[in-house]
Amino acid sequence: MSTKNFLFVNRKAPYGTVYALESLEVVLISAAFEQNVSLAFIDDGVYQITKGQNSKGIGMKNFSPTFRALGDYDITKLYVSTESLAERGLTVDDLMELTYEDADDDYAEKPSIILVNREEMAAMMAEQEVILSF
Amino acid sequence: MAAFEVGGKTIALDEEGYLENLSDWTPEVAEALAKAEDVTLTSEHWEILNFLREYYEEYQIAPAVRVLTKAVGKRLGADKGNSKYLYSLFPYGPGKQACKYGGLPKPTGCV
Repeated sequence: MSTKNFLFVNRKAPYGTVYALESLEVVLISAAFEQNVSLAFIDDGVYQITKGQNSKGIGMKNFSPTFRALGDYDITKLYVSTESLAERGLTVDDLMELTYEDADDDYAEKPSIILVNREEMAAMMAEQEVILSF
Repeated sequence: MAAFEVGGKTIALDEEGYLENLSDWTPEVAEALAKAEDVTLTSEHWEILNFLREYYEEYQIAPAVRVLTKAVGKRLGADKGNSKYLYSLFPYGPGKQACKYGGLPKPTGCV
């Protein structure tokens, strides 16, 4: 099976709709098929990776810890829109610390989150072969 | 197999034999699920089951086999972090079979 560059674009808040959870499931499945998977978080999608989520009151599973497993699946590039963060009064400090271990660098722990502006996001998207939007 | 009894308590299973309610799990349930498939759980099995349960607790998912293999190797040593060893314990697939006995959902991406 050939390997392609997959990008999953996450634009919706984590709860209230099933988009975020479904996206994450497909991400994990794609990675199990050893595709080259990246994620983008734009608009309300940035809320998916914020710290301290507590979904008890709405009776939904808090699946945010699963984002911390992405490094194990060799998903190491999570692009986050700086404009979307700023528009919501958020900074990178409001996001979970998501990291991966670099097998080519003695398993050093490195950050997976890459902050990009609109132009950089567009350039990154232009390099993808498959883009799925959730 | 839709349900079975362990210690007087009825445990509901889905059509593939995984627990309907993950909170029903106890070590006795694991033993009973294994026994139903003619497997006797040894300390080597339990090492993997406990590892999977900890992984689920931390990340809220059952890991894919590739991820499990890598993580077991890191935690328990390279002699255990390989598919030959894991398949010797769980011949129906370490992900599927171990998650079933461990009371976890079927791993995401497992067909």
